Order: sequence, then C-alpha cells, then structure tokens
Amino acid sequence: MKNISGIKVAKGKVVSAVLLKDLRIELRSRVVTNQVLPFAGLVMVMFAFALDNDDVLERVAGGLIWLATLFSLFMIVQRSFAIDTADGALDSLRVAGIDLSAVFFGKAIALALKLIALEIVLICGAVLLYRVELSANGLVLLVTCVLCATSGLAFVGTLYGGLTAGAKGRETLLPLLLLPVVAPVLIAATRATEAAFGSGGAQTSEGWAWVGLLTVFAAVFGVGGSLAFGPLIDE
Amino acid sequence: MIVSFADVVVVYDNFPALAGASFEVASGEIVLLQGPNGAGKTTLLRACAGLLPIARGTATVLGCDLSLERYAVRAKVGLLGHANGLFQDLTVAENMAFWSRLIGASDRDVETAMQIMGLSDRLSATRVASLSAGQRRRCALATLIVRRAQLWLLDEPHAGLDSQGRDELDKTLRSAREAGATVVFASHEIDRAQNLATRSLTVVGGVVTAS
Repeated sequence: MKNISGIKVAKGKVVSAVLLKDLRIELRSRVVTNQVLPFAGLVMVMFAFALDNDDVLERVAGGLIWLATLFSLFMIVQRSFAIDTADGALDSLRVAGIDLSAVFFGKAIALALKLIALEIVLICGAVLLYRVELSANGLVLLVTCVLCATSGLAFVGTLYGGLTAGAKGRETLLPLLLLPVVAPVLIAATRATEAAFGSGGAQTSEGWAWVGLLTVFAAVFGVGGSLAFGPLIDE
Repeated sequence: MIVSFADVVVVYDNFPALAGASFEVASGEIVLLQGPNGAGKTTLLRACAGLLPIARGTATVLGCDLSLERYAVRAKVGLLGHANGLFQDLTVAENMAFWSRLIGASDRDVETAMQIMGLSDRLSATRVASLSAGQRRRCALATLIVRRAQLWLLDEPHAGLDSQGRDELDKTLRSAREAGATVVFASHEIDRAQNLATRSLTVVGGVVTAS
C-alpha cells in the first residue's frame, strides 16, 4: 500500500516501528514490571495461601500459572491500547495510509514478548512456591507450550484489544469478550504444563497433543486477526 | 475539485451530525469552517478524511468516492483533530521518528519539519507528557508536515499555540498551499482564521453554507 507521500513502505518496517514503539514505551513507563508483574506474583501467592497444601499446589501449578497469565493479559492488552487511544494516535494510524495488519503484528509481537517475560517469572515462582519439578524433556515441552500459548494469547488479545479500544466501558468489556475465547488456551496450556511438570503422574509425551491444539489456535487467530484487525478498529 | 460534497448525511451516535451538507473545495484553497460548537465541523473534517461512513449523498475527496474508497482517501490526506496523535511516554524526536518511519520519510524531512515548528534540540529530547499544550500541538503539526499531504484537514489548529506559534503555523499553511496542498480547517479564532483563509464556509446544524 502506498502512503500519503506516495512511498511504498515495507510491511516489515511498519511491524518493527510499532513493535519498537510499544516496547520503548513499556521500558520507559514500566507498567508491566511495576504493576502487572507484582499483581501476577500476588495471585500466585494468594493461591498458595488459599490451597495451603503442597500436594494440591504441585498438582494445580500449571493451571495457576496460566490463570495468573490470563488475568495479567487483560491488564497488558488494555495498557497496550490505552497508549494508542490516549491522545488519538489510533486515529492517526488509521489515516496514515499504512497496512493495519502490520500494526496488528507489531502490537501482537510486543504483547507476546511482555507475556513471555511475565511467564518466565511465574514459572520460576511455581518452581519455588509450589515445589514442582522439571525434567529436561519437560523443559522442552514447557518452552514449546509457552511459545505457542503466548502466540495465541497475543494474537487474540491484540484483536480484541483493537475491537474494544474505542468502546465505552472497555475495561469491563474486554475480559467479558476475551475470557470465553481464550478458554481453549487455558485448558490446553494447563494440560501441557501439567505434563511438563509431571503433575499427578502425567507423562511428558501426553503434553504434545495439547501443544498441537495451541499451535492451531495461534495460527487461526494470527491469520484471522491480521484480516479482521483493520476493519474492527474502524467500527 | 479536491473536495466535493452533495447532500451528504453522516450519522454519528444515532444523530445526523451532517444533515445534507453540500460544498466544494478547489485545489490550492485554504478554506475556513466556522460555526458554533456541535455544528458538525469536526464530523465534516473526519468524513473528509474517510474516518466516518457516508449514510447518504455523494462525496469525493481527491478523486476518491467516499462511499466506495474510504480507505484510499486516508492515504492522501493529513488530519489533525482535537487530539494530537502523539505518544505521551516517547520524546518529541521518538514520536517524529515513529511517524516518519511509518510513512518512509527521510531524516532530512523530519529535521525540516521540526525546524519549521520551532522544536529545538532541547525540546526534541523531552517526553511529550512533559510538554505544554502548545508545544504538543507544534509537535503534532510537525508530524503532519513530514507527511506532505495533498489535503490538510485541521481541527482548531491554533488551539494552545502562543502568538509566535500561531504565526509560524499560518506561515506553514501558506507555504503548504504554495507547494500545491489544499487546506480545510475549523477555527473559532475568526479574525486570524479569516486572514489566513481564501474562503469561508459556515456549518450550522450539519448544513454547510457559504459565508
């Protein structure tokens, strides 16, 4: 697509510009590190207090990691679009004559990187707090699961974040819309993580089917999101 | 004609913000839109930029039919609304770099735009959140200059600028016109705006009439 000056800008340049912008703003404002990360950590600690049983905690550790990730996802997505809507930058992006699917990918990658940083801390927290064990095979499964699940969450989060960016009551609307959609990720990522941890006697090999489901989810929302993002933020 | 509206209706929040607007703007004009608050000036500018769908009537902007080619129009116009379209946590230079990268503008274009809008080296390293309203407006106008639009759509462009900034803006708009751009702007500062404009239109109740 040619822009306002009649110059054709490569999609990759738009993706990297949006990605670097979002990461730079996060590095400067430190919302994820100073607010979301402590929140996610508190969720993990509160669950530990509430369940107060090492065996139960070891068994449900996978689910708790992904629940804390989901709760944090809402905050990160809202923040990601708040920086674009605060001073009308989203409108400026719409009239910039750029491919909005590139904006989608730029924002999704930035979101994924923030989520991965968060998940690493949460997994380390689970190892320390819930005393889960991780074998070498389990680690490979867990890393793959994190990458696939995070991609899916980032794509769907960016899509729904764009959808609700201009809506009234978006703070409550986003979780309401997003939770049912990400339920398959929660289930599949939890099962794969339990397999990686060997929770309840689960075998590592049992986790790969769930990783397959996560991959399909990420692919569907990656393709669908890139097609739908532009028209959605227009309405 | 650069802009041609015939009996255009635009519905915004279930309200006909433009209720049969008809007007034309020729190439190289600087057209002032005047009228009371809520008259439909902002809606008209956003409709011209292809941001709002046309419910009825025919409208063309830069040769594109707004009913059919709303997205194509966007790539040809520069819009500065009430908001500045800036990222508060980035510096002026970083904001300029972001927008110039998106549109493939050169570093020299950025430097020139910043010079025109009086954004010094000291200001360029300042976060937008720390700037005054006038300085933010200047930064937003600089991003618009970089884009070299064929049609400039400006909503209260003088708002928040000091006297020097307003003079610089007027000079910039005249230069843009000499370079072949067409400008449509809304303003409540009638004396200054009328000096700048080559023609005025009045918007009342979503209907446009010649002043």
